[in-house]
Amino acid sequence: MKVNKEVMKKIETNARLNLSEEEREKFMAQINDVLDYFDKIKEANTDDVEPSFHPMAIKNVFREDVVEESLTQEEALVNAKHKKDGFFKGPKVV
Amino acid sequence: MLSIKKMGFLRDPKWCEMDIKEFVAKVKSGEINVVEYTEKVLEDIEQINSNYNYFSVITKELALEQAKKVNRSKTGKLAGVPISIKDCICVKGVESSASSDILKGYKPVFNATVVKKLIDEGAIIVGKTVQDEFGFGGFSMNVGNSFKVPYNPFDIVRSCGGSSGGSGGITQKSRYLHVSIGESTGGSIACPASFCGVYGFTPSYGVVSRYGLMDYGSSLDKIGPMAKSLDDCKKVFDVIKGHDIKDSTSLDFRENEGEVKKVAIIKESFNVNPKIKDIVINKIQALGYEYEEVSLPVVDKYALASYSLIAMSEASTNLAKYCGLRYGYQPEMKEMYNDYFSKVRSETITDEAKRRIILGTFARMAGYRDAYYLKALKVRTLIINEYRQKFKEYDILLSPTMPILPPALDEVKYLEPLELYKMDQLTIGVNLAGLPHISLNAGFVDGLPVGLMLIGDQLKDNNIFKALEGIDGS
Repeated sequence: MKVNKEVMKKIETNARLNLSEEEREKFMAQINDVLDYFDKIKEANTDDVEPSFHPMAIKNVFREDVVEESLTQEEALVNAKHKKDGFFKGPKVV
Repeated sequence: MLSIKKMGFLRDPKWCEMDIKEFVAKVKSGEINVVEYTEKVLEDIEQINSNYNYFSVITKELALEQAKKVNRSKTGKLAGVPISIKDCICVKGVESSASSDILKGYKPVFNATVVKKLIDEGAIIVGKTVQDEFGFGGFSMNVGNSFKVPYNPFDIVRSCGGSSGGSGGITQKSRYLHVSIGESTGGSIACPASFCGVYGFTPSYGVVSRYGLMDYGSSLDKIGPMAKSLDDCKKVFDVIKGHDIKDSTSLDFRENEGEVKKVAIIKESFNVNPKIKDIVINKIQALGYEYEEVSLPVVDKYALASYSLIAMSEASTNLAKYCGLRYGYQPEMKEMYNDYFSKVRSETITDEAKRRIILGTFARMAGYRDAYYLKALKVRTLIINEYRQKFKEYDILLSPTMPILPPALDEVKYLEPLELYKMDQLTIGVNLAGLPHISLNAGFVDGLPVGLMLIGDQLKDNNIFKALEGIDGS
């Protein structure tokens, strides 16, 4: 078993998920089952093999640092329920 | 060397006798009134939707407004063509939620590049199609609570495939001309195309702009058309492809003028239901292909694990932005910062999304990253190289699209996650390597459609269309 309760709780914190004890047990069993299968890739010989972050080589794309047309502040806020003085309003930090 | 016999074609002759070519010509000559036609289309899809659940939204007003414009201008390569859009692709002013409760109510203030290109060519956007939440599934059953599971057009108790399930279903079931824009990360266009008996084309990675797509796996996602005929697929692909400055991974795609000379079937892919194997081989022979056989042992052994680890790792970071701020589900903010985000996410997303976020977060965590995420990326290189080797000799590789017939929804419900992931076995390799592929109907087993998949080399998308030239009977 790779993922125990302690690791699960760490993942939940990192991923911002709240799980009930019951959900945690259920997901843990399923995830360990899947990881057992994924372990197959360990047998593949990848010595001196570079990782492929994309299916093909992708180049960096740059543009001039000039202001271009973009969404207005009003448009950007149109879907926000919590907003104030033209800004998004977030939950309490302290 | 390829000569294709004229073949019977899956459509109701009464309503669907026209493909885009004929339809657009009639729109331009004034023979078809786009407003009247659109009204009929809307009536038809509303009726279908009440029984089959293919749409999350039907955009009646938008469609009629566009129809009026096209009726006046009579211009555009897709003048008056009814097109539906997978829910994860943004349409300005139309609720776009990737069939997730966390995005319920979100109305983008811009069009995805593909949507803009379609509208600019006179297409009529008729609605957003239901999918597995964010693309997480192969049966369109992982939808948020506010969405309904779509049904197979040939048998209502069965799945229409996923994740672009609504797109596949309506493309088959619509009594009028219809094209749907789907999206594939690991097979989400090919699978529903197979289960719904339509054409589904997934272009090479980078050929179609993804600006305005709600991303799942950024190094895997591709947008492509689903249609009733090959030519319709090609016509829509020609409109949506091309470099886009707004998508940094989009490529300057040049048409290849290569020839299709040699084809081969993939040995390991035929280890499926024997009835499916027979239908697919028969279809390959009916197409007139003289084929050889190749073996792809690395793809067969490792593609599923490599794909899943990469897709889930990328998904877990891409989904981090959904937290109840700025758009979508935004309950009252009573909690502190992180507690609020965790609450919103936990209350809204499906179990499958939670599993993938957990697995992806784990695979990228310190101490496990090299063994899982990085290893998967290295194995991906081996997989890409294995395909590359084969494409030195062959132009097209052939395989069944799915190893099974469309399953009953009740059966899928009881499958464990790993069993579900294994259903994508035949489509994930090509998606991992960013190869262009199409699924087309090969025939039926017990009244259920079976798909044949043609796979081309990277950026040789046109070879796929060349290999099937003449299939529409034109």
